[in-house]
Amino acid sequence: MKSLPLIFLGVFFTLAFSWTGIVLTSHLQMRDLTPATAELVNADDEPITGRQFMVDGVNVKNTDGMTAYPLPLVGEAQRGKLVYQEMGCLYCHSQQVRRAGFGADFERGWGNRQSVARDYIEQDRVMLGTMRTGPDLTNVGLRYSELWQYQHLYNPQITSPGSTMPPYGFLFEVREVSEMRGPSPDAIELPDAYHPGEGYELVPTQRAKDLVAYLMNLQQDYELPEMKFTE
Amino acid sequence: MSSNPSFIDSLKPTGDPDVDLRVRLGEVDASMRVPAMLFLVSAVMWLLAGTAFAMIAAIKATNPDFLGATEWLTFGRVRTAHLNAMIFGWGNNVIFAVAPWIMGRLCRARIRHTNILLAAGVFWNIAVTIGIIGILKGDMIGVEWLEMPAYVTPLVVLTYALVGVWVIIAFRWRQSDHVYVSQWYLLAAFFWLPWLYTVAQVMLIFEPANGVVQSLTNWWFAHNVLGLWLTPIALAVAYYLIPKVLGRPIHSYYLSVVGFWALALFYNWAGVHHLIGGPVPAWVISAGTVASVMMVIPVIVTGINHHLTVVGLHKEGWASPTIRFVVFGAINYTVVSLIGSTMALRHVNEVTHFTHFTVGHAHHGVYAFFTMIMFGAVYYMMPRLLFREWPNAFLIKVHWWMCGLGILLMVFALQIGGWFQGLQMNALTEDGTPVYTFLQTVENTKPWLWARSLSGLMLLIGHIAFAINVYWMIFSPRTQDKVTQPTLLTETTEQA
Repeated sequence: MKSLPLIFLGVFFTLAFSWTGIVLTSHLQMRDLTPATAELVNADDEPITGRQFMVDGVNVKNTDGMTAYPLPLVGEAQRGKLVYQEMGCLYCHSQQVRRAGFGADFERGWGNRQSVARDYIEQDRVMLGTMRTGPDLTNVGLRYSELWQYQHLYNPQITSPGSTMPPYGFLFEVREVSEMRGPSPDAIELPDAYHPGEGYELVPTQRAKDLVAYLMNLQQDYELPEMKFTE
Repeated sequence: MSSNPSFIDSLKPTGDPDVDLRVRLGEVDASMRVPAMLFLVSAVMWLLAGTAFAMIAAIKATNPDFLGATEWLTFGRVRTAHLNAMIFGWGNNVIFAVAPWIMGRLCRARIRHTNILLAAGVFWNIAVTIGIIGILKGDMIGVEWLEMPAYVTPLVVLTYALVGVWVIIAFRWRQSDHVYVSQWYLLAAFFWLPWLYTVAQVMLIFEPANGVVQSLTNWWFAHNVLGLWLTPIALAVAYYLIPKVLGRPIHSYYLSVVGFWALALFYNWAGVHHLIGGPVPAWVISAGTVASVMMVIPVIVTGINHHLTVVGLHKEGWASPTIRFVVFGAINYTVVSLIGSTMALRHVNEVTHFTHFTVGHAHHGVYAFFTMIMFGAVYYMMPRLLFREWPNAFLIKVHWWMCGLGILLMVFALQIGGWFQGLQMNALTEDGTPVYTFLQTVENTKPWLWARSLSGLMLLIGHIAFAINVYWMIFSPRTQDKVTQPTLLTETTEQA
């Protein structure tokens, strides 16, 4: 093993091999995934069931009048995803439900079906996550109210005593209640122990509103041809 | 050879072959002196900065209100600043100090145009500084191990090229008949990383792939930074230093060939085990699991080669700071890799995935294996570049005991705590409800995280001792040089 070209070729092909296998092949396998309704029909309008979503090598169309899932994020929720990203939420929260029987994702109420590749095709940045220092967030928009989200972000101890999640107080503003206009419609209800005091109110900044909009949009409450809810 | 022979001549790193070998190694050392010191001084600064970020993150993990009102120090950012400061600040700087030097020595090739290497050192540290400031101010990219904002990418790529080219030039014009195993590893690592980085940048940041192909690319890249960059470099250093310091040839040439190609073939595929149970094709996961288990082959082979070279020379090894650190790292390479292969098995992964067990494993690999070996390399390299001995043996001992025991405590705390965390997270009663609420599992993990903070404090003390010794050695005036004996940690019979 003395020759530079030999080592170079070996080194090149080993890396090219794994890239072809892991990245390129998966890309080829998944590039044709499109948003889909739970019910698909073929060219003769016959419903297709089970795992099939290609007919004679052609992608079948969704039935008219049905919403195709997954939905892309828009507006506040789209901006909120950037807040989620810059705060590094992904280092403690995953966004993937594992299948029944593998871990306890279903039993903890994190989802009622396994997440599949199609769930992520509308996301410009996929953050599956590799840690669950906190719970999985795939369906967090279905599990809690907006008020809960605001209180929990402001100080996690309000809703989850003993939690190790950082407080995001800097996404909120404590303000004097305006005498002219009265309390702000955005003001967050707080238990007495956390209330900023008489004559003051807690209002979310735009970033907090965006982040909550994003969290409330995290919902896998639809079925796909290849993945139905588990009863 | 070229239309411009004078340019090629200026790159040609070889000296006069008739001159004595010792003199020619001295020429190699002299050519690397200034750039290696630049990289090393920066590396130690990043090591301290990274440790400070780590301590903040560790305390926050049990006491979230600690510095809780400071946005730029929120856990998600400071933890990421820690990772990037350690991998790209400490890890890459120390690699850029040590790797071209070892390659140069093995090839008997000087580094020419050291100004280029100096420029690379300046660019690199600017890139990492901007990158980490970017992370702290909220520009981070949500891709693990690639968080530094896209505006530092050009500088990073430029630096890899400016450093890597000297490794390749040294090998191309080498003047030794034999090619040693360390040279393959170094050469391979300096080819692999730029490719990995470029492909990952294109497919994740500039032209992001569709859906979960991003996640697959992410873990193909991130695990390969460990497997095809930090690992081969540390193995090259161990292969160079163990026989060199102990004065005994490596156990088996053939095993080292098998070890190298098996690593090249299998490590590549292993990264997708981070996605077991995730929304990716099952066959990819299976391939990743198989590759992770196959990694047992290069690990055992390399382990035999390293450990059998040391066997019988423990007393001599214990006296040498270099050998203490390098052998500690080599032993941990065997252990961490075997644990890693086990973690890729689906049923083990069901428990360990998403828990602190994985965090413990990452520190086991990057610290107990890679960083400890690089410490050993620094202890060997500095006296040869500066013609002076380590100023203080006590500081070396503090460094050794604090870092050696500290990292063991960290790995035990995170892996035992993580294992319980995983079991409690998955535990179900007979009627299918969780035995522990989520907040109970969080509460039960806290004592282990306290132990982790304690271990972090030990590492911090060790790093401060190391930093004092390094800066003392570099910046003390020449008139201080009276010692001619090597600084050893115990008395040996062959001290002369």
